Amino acid sequence: MKVDTKLNTKPEAAVKTGADILVESLLEQKVETIFGYPGGAVLPIYDALYRSDGDFEHILTRHEQGAIHAAEGYARVAGKPGVVIATSGPGATNLVTGIADAMMDSLPLVVITGQVATSVTGTDAFQEADVMGITTPITKHNYQVQSSYELPKVIKEAFHIASTGRPGPVVVDIPKDISANLCTETDQSAFHLPGYQPTIKPNPLQIKKLTEAIKKSKKPLILTGAGVIHGHASDILLEIAEEYSMPVTSTLLGLGAFPGQHDLFLGMAGMHGTYTANMAIAECDLLINIGARFDDRLTGNLNYFAKNATVAHVDIDPAEIGKNVPTDIPIVSDSKAALAELKKQLKEGPDHSEWMDQLNQNKMAYPLWYNNPPEEMVPQWLMKSLYHATRGEAIVTTDVGQHQMWAAQYYSFGRPNRWVTSGGLGTMGFGFPAAIGAQLAKPEDPVVAVVGDGGFQMTLQELSVLQERGLPVKIIIVNNGALGMVRQWQEAFYDKRYSESIVGVQPDFVKLAESYNIRGMKIETQQEFTDIIHEVMAYDGPVLMDCRVLQQENVYPMIAPGKGIHEMVGVKP
Amino acid sequence: MKRIITAVVQNRSGVLNRVTGLMHKRQFNIESISVGRTETEGISKMTFVVHVEDHQKLEQLTKQLNKQIDVLKVTDLSDKAIVARELALIKVVSNAHHRSEIQGMIEPFRASIIDVSKDSLSIQVTGKPDKIEALIDLLRPYGIKDIARTGLTAFARGHQPQVAEMTTYSLLK
Ligand SMILES: Cc1ncc(C[n+]2csc(CCOP(=O)(O)OP(=O)(O)O)c2C)c(N)n1
Ligand SMILES: [Mg+2]
Repeated sequence: MKVDTKLNTKPEAAVKTGADILVESLLEQKVETIFGYPGGAVLPIYDALYRSDGDFEHILTRHEQGAIHAAEGYARVAGKPGVVIATSGPGATNLVTGIADAMMDSLPLVVITGQVATSVTGTDAFQEADVMGITTPITKHNYQVQSSYELPKVIKEAFHIASTGRPGPVVVDIPKDISANLCTETDQSAFHLPGYQPTIKPNPLQIKKLTEAIKKSKKPLILTGAGVIHGHASDILLEIAEEYSMPVTSTLLGLGAFPGQHDLFLGMAGMHGTYTANMAIAECDLLINIGARFDDRLTGNLNYFAKNATVAHVDIDPAEIGKNVPTDIPIVSDSKAALAELKKQLKEGPDHSEWMDQLNQNKMAYPLWYNNPPEEMVPQWLMKSLYHATRGEAIVTTDVGQHQMWAAQYYSFGRPNRWVTSGGLGTMGFGFPAAIGAQLAKPEDPVVAVVGDGGFQMTLQELSVLQERGLPVKIIIVNNGALGMVRQWQEAFYDKRYSESIVGVQPDFVKLAESYNIRGMKIETQQEFTDIIHEVMAYDGPVLMDCRVLQQENVYPMIAPGKGIHEMVGVKP
Repeated sequence: MKRIITAVVQNRSGVLNRVTGLMHKRQFNIESISVGRTETEGISKMTFVVHVEDHQKLEQLTKQLNKQIDVLKVTDLSDKAIVARELALIKVVSNAHHRSEIQGMIEPFRASIIDVSKDSLSIQVTGKPDKIEALIDLLRPYGIKDIARTGLTAFARGHQPQVAEMTTYSLLK
């Protein structure tokens, strides 16, 4: 801890509290950054942090939700667990959204919650909440620590479980007496988890089946999910795709797994995917899914999804295989190991030049489009310009809504771990705190938070963290004065009855930024944006850009709910 | 379809909640659960009787169970030759007058009377669920005051016959 006012009150080496043991365990896990918020039940832990001379940073967010989304952003970019501490009761319940979000998007988190003392557990004591009960369905695993003796082992297990296999959040609930009391003996033995042995190596026979399917295929298609990114399989995927010239599409969360500007890349698939990508799914005869979970936002109506295809599915989580889409070639494996084995076994690629011609024609004939009156601020143009201004090099986090889809469509990622978005849970309020976490994970890299005017207001209190830390996060508010995605659905499916989606009153975002001593600016034209974006990106501090964009713009193409993947609207102007 | 599934679990707090919670979330209809310790310390076994729509759902259920950190082994016993038993305690209204009549009736079920009071009689019966149902049906006319059932517990027989013989052994066919 870097605290100037440090007092030398460290207890003798032999006498440690449970909280000291916890802090030691975190250091042993090489934790560098902790996101948290103190309170009664974690006072002993915060005291131990204060007394520790461990070299890590505690980031005090201004709301526990900010802490957990920051930890998610950190985990996504750093590729290692984000660590959160919150107090019992309301502290813990404020984390619930982020825990659920991390569970859906397979992000490794270790979440430490305080709990009331064991002597009063179950009495509805002050700030008691059943954190185990509440978090069971939204965690990969959770623990309530029963004694300080087992604490080191629990922490080791928690980090192991969070970061291996299919990553996910692990909650460790620690009663106050356990963290406060002195502890004499701890269990330092190695852990053994007989019920948790993820399969990481593929069955070579299954890979053989895949090679045969590839050989026979006339219309192959690779689908990348976040599993490619978690498995560090991007390079080998690129090698295979290039060697056999196989086209690639991606889920929302898989963006960056394959270079967005590559000739073989068809764009994102799914509800707001490109025409080429979605038609490729509809028409392919072999779909090779690597680490995607066939979420409904990708598949649309399952009756029309990849109907003509042999489906191969590589996933480290066997429960994802066959869950939504019947699978012909299941491969339970880490993505990199599976692709390495595939590369080894694959000797002959598909004969599919006609297919490639067809896809290329589709790309030419049906690119993403938008109307772009130069005197207006068009949100799609904004995302595309951001891409060019940052040469696709920035780490981009988003909130949830139209701006998120435009960012996904127009910001093209050259490499993995640069794209941070809430996909599975679709959590408004995620984007800005996630950018804080991303920036802390990569202090030298440009980080842009692309947020909506709605979602930003859900977690904007974290501007304090930017101010305090001087983190150079650039906030781009895609301000359409509306809960745009809701407005779009009301336009399309509710006869333009804009119930509660057009927001009349907004804060002055520029003044808001300034009140935190952050540079703020209002951008109303394309010219203004173009004139200043390079300077903003080069500026060594946080900047908030309130970009006033056209309200009536919609995200296209779109597959309406219940429709098949080939039934897109808004494919052409 | 009805399935009998067992899960061998690490006996930790919260494991029952985790397992039943996931079944609830994924809309598996649980008919009964029984839990007890095994021969190994710290290891328990849960036996579920569940209704699932089809094989895909069934596969999901076993995979989701297997995914839990504290679940060590999941077995679908439904298509195996198994020994399956449930225990029920049934309290029926009875005066001295009916007592011997009831006694005679439960005898073929190898049930036993375990408690007698002035106006009631408690019967213990062990067997497959359909046998227990049958006994309950027979006792109903006397007036049932209370029933406590353990839910089914089961394991595979020592000898597993070839597939062709199976139906004669299987509880569910
Ligand atoms: C916490 C939460 N509440 C509600 C929603 C539903 N929702 C999805 S998008 C959206 C509108 C978001 O508006 P804004 O942040 O301004 O982004 P825009 O769509 O305008 O780009 C809403 C309300 C959600 N995803 N998350
Ligand atoms: Mg908006």
